[in-house]
Amino acid sequence: MRAAKAYLRSQAALIGTVILLAVLVMGLGASWFYPADPLGLAGRPLQWPGANPRFPLGTDPSGRDIAAQLFHGARISLLIGVVATSIAVVIGIAIGAVAGFYGGIVDTLLMRVTEAFQTLPNFLLLLVLVAVFGSTMGTVTVAIGLVSWPPVARLTRAEFLTLRTRDFVQACRVQGLGDAHLILREVLPNALPPVIVYASVVMAVAILLESALAFLQLSDPNVPSWGNLIGLGRSVLRTEWYVSAIPGVAILLTILGVSLVGQGLNDALNPRLASGR
Amino acid sequence: MSRLVVEGLTIRLPRGADRDNAIEDVSLSVAAGEILCVVGESGSGKSVTASAVMGLLAPGLSIAAGRMALSGEDLRAQSPEAWRAIRGRRIAMVFQEPMTALNPLMSVGAQIGEMWRVHMNLDAREAERRALAALREVNLPDPEGALRAFPHELSGGQRQRVMIAMALALEPEVLVCDEPTTALDVTTQAQVLALIKDLQRRHGTAVMFITHDFGVVAEIADRVAVMRLGRVVEEGTAREVLTNPRHDYTKALLASVPGLHAPTARALSSDEVLQVRGLTKTYVSRGLFRRRKPVRALDDVSVTLKRGSTLAVVGESGSGKSTLARCVVGLLGNDGGQVVIGGAPLPKRRRDAARLVQMVFQDPYASLNPRRRAGAQVAQGPIAAGTPAVAAQREARDLFALVGLDPDAVDRYPHEFSGGQRQRIGIARALAMKPQVLVADEPVSALDVSVQAQVLALLRELQARLGLSILFITHDLRVAAQLCDEVAVMRNGVVEEAGPIGAVFADPRSAYTRSLIDAIPGRALFGL
Repeated sequence: MRAAKAYLRSQAALIGTVILLAVLVMGLGASWFYPADPLGLAGRPLQWPGANPRFPLGTDPSGRDIAAQLFHGARISLLIGVVATSIAVVIGIAIGAVAGFYGGIVDTLLMRVTEAFQTLPNFLLLLVLVAVFGSTMGTVTVAIGLVSWPPVARLTRAEFLTLRTRDFVQACRVQGLGDAHLILREVLPNALPPVIVYASVVMAVAILLESALAFLQLSDPNVPSWGNLIGLGRSVLRTEWYVSAIPGVAILLTILGVSLVGQGLNDALNPRLASGR
Repeated sequence: MSRLVVEGLTIRLPRGADRDNAIEDVSLSVAAGEILCVVGESGSGKSVTASAVMGLLAPGLSIAAGRMALSGEDLRAQSPEAWRAIRGRRIAMVFQEPMTALNPLMSVGAQIGEMWRVHMNLDAREAERRALAALREVNLPDPEGALRAFPHELSGGQRQRVMIAMALALEPEVLVCDEPTTALDVTTQAQVLALIKDLQRRHGTAVMFITHDFGVVAEIADRVAVMRLGRVVEEGTAREVLTNPRHDYTKALLASVPGLHAPTARALSSDEVLQVRGLTKTYVSRGLFRRRKPVRALDDVSVTLKRGSTLAVVGESGSGKSTLARCVVGLLGNDGGQVVIGGAPLPKRRRDAARLVQMVFQDPYASLNPRRRAGAQVAQGPIAAGTPAVAAQREARDLFALVGLDPDAVDRYPHEFSGGQRQRIGIARALAMKPQVLVADEPVSALDVSVQAQVLALLRELQARLGLSILFITHDLRVAAQLCDEVAVMRNGVVEEAGPIGAVFADPRSAYTRSLIDAIPGRALFGL
């Protein structure tokens, strides 16, 4: 309750929430606003925004409606963001929790694996994964999740390391409770707030990673993602720049929204900061 | 003439706090060569008063009314720059926690010398010479070595001496001490108190001494001001206030100061419910590059607890008493020896050990999970042991009633309880497992003295009703005397002396026990 109130007091959090809600409405309402296939030919290619009232945001080099792709793309970007982030957070928490709770040799082993992942530039690893497993929507999302978990694991581990020696955890040991209870019921809920805040960063990066893949035409070409649209505009960047710029602005705003929400969560879930203002 | 005068000072708390003003209409004065003790429990506003005098009010607090003057000079009118010149030079402060008040990356000599370099522009050599003299004055054993030492290389008492040397470096007119001995062992506390009193007499400093301990007051105070909920309820000379208090609150506080009167010895059962046999525990810190000397926390420790009685394990920090507690409940493994409960060795499995022995922790704030309901934390142990959830919840309500809490409070979260109430929850949680032995690790040392008395009374009552056997770990002999039947005095991992508590305290055989008893503050007043 207190956290919710602090969250609503923060202006940044409100702006971020409004932006994200708008993107969500775009994505959910895409089939209602633009029932036709967004990848179907709609009219003459490369019409400027406003030139034809049928296409308020113009058409791309293949003559497809940019506005329709933007709405349907919102769905794809959010879906990739949420699913990839969930994968990264679940893997990260599982590895970080086990490493931090048990310490010792388990910790050493798991952290070496984490470091192995971290030393590789994650975009490079993503390229390799997509090159090996193909670039369908599913594999791209899973691959993004697989390259994003190490920082989550490190953060979770650090929280577990300090929390596991707290008296209330020791008290539960004395009560005869098992490790599973200690990890899931006692330590995890207390370790979660910073991880939730960090998840917003993971989500922003996941959306960007997909766009970057699409820009290199390595993402799934059969879905109308924002990244694909930017990639389509690459060949006409100097003359019809709006083809890339419009989805670019959409990505910018979405990531801004995600970051602001993360900031708001950070302020709300961190009691020391919340009371300081 | 009064060095420091505070008149009608009112400090407002930020909106949404539990009361409007941190302190209200507080008037105090300290003369040269005088020690004024400001006594109060937590939340009385004594520390806020000290920080206001230092011009160091926490953000959110503001002075609403009143006057503060240093040797006749108005303190409220000072600019931040003027404050910097006053602080350290004319008013100095000694903090509670000597570890965090010193910079861990600077040598002690450099930190003391900084006082002269910053305030008086002395050169480095002269500053060092004076630092050495200052360290000599506070009776550090090896002043030359201490000059080059870093804070972590000194003990708590030595660090507090360094803090005092720093505070007195520039011969301030007023010295503010905020619970300077609370974090120290009792023998160290006695030495530091004697040092403060001695230096204050020699330099004629006016000292404002904040404390919660009437024993300390009796040792050091010339005059006393008792604070409660932001107001000064009684003020007078130490003799007046301590021997003839007028306000009911002062009377109650004084009454709850435990004396060293051991209760009349009871007939104890011959059944030894807990036997610790030759327990040994060594801490080895392994590092990649250096191997530190192993620390022997327990060295062949043997103690026994008789059924239905209480055994006090007393000792100063580093004596191994907490390690003993953790070994007995199985939180720590031991390197040798045996813990026997009810005739059988302590089982390795956590769930089996839980029925035999339970623990009450020191810090009531850290020992409850802030994100789970109080009742659930009491009921979870029995549920894990196989009790149906509904029955365990019902039992938790009964236990809440047993420890003097409202049974409906099981649905509340820990932050909705006070420190004393939380400790009651901790006791209820331990009792839920119906253990044969209850280990209490400093269960009252984090509590105010009046709350302390209540929790001790609760433990005594529970023992009478349930026939509990309690292993009571404490650093405070006065607390041990109130509750316990037998005592074991520990020092450096070894049991120095053990026996019935009345006999040990009346006629200690070991010199160490004697020194512990002598160091109890205010002994002359509160009696042995």
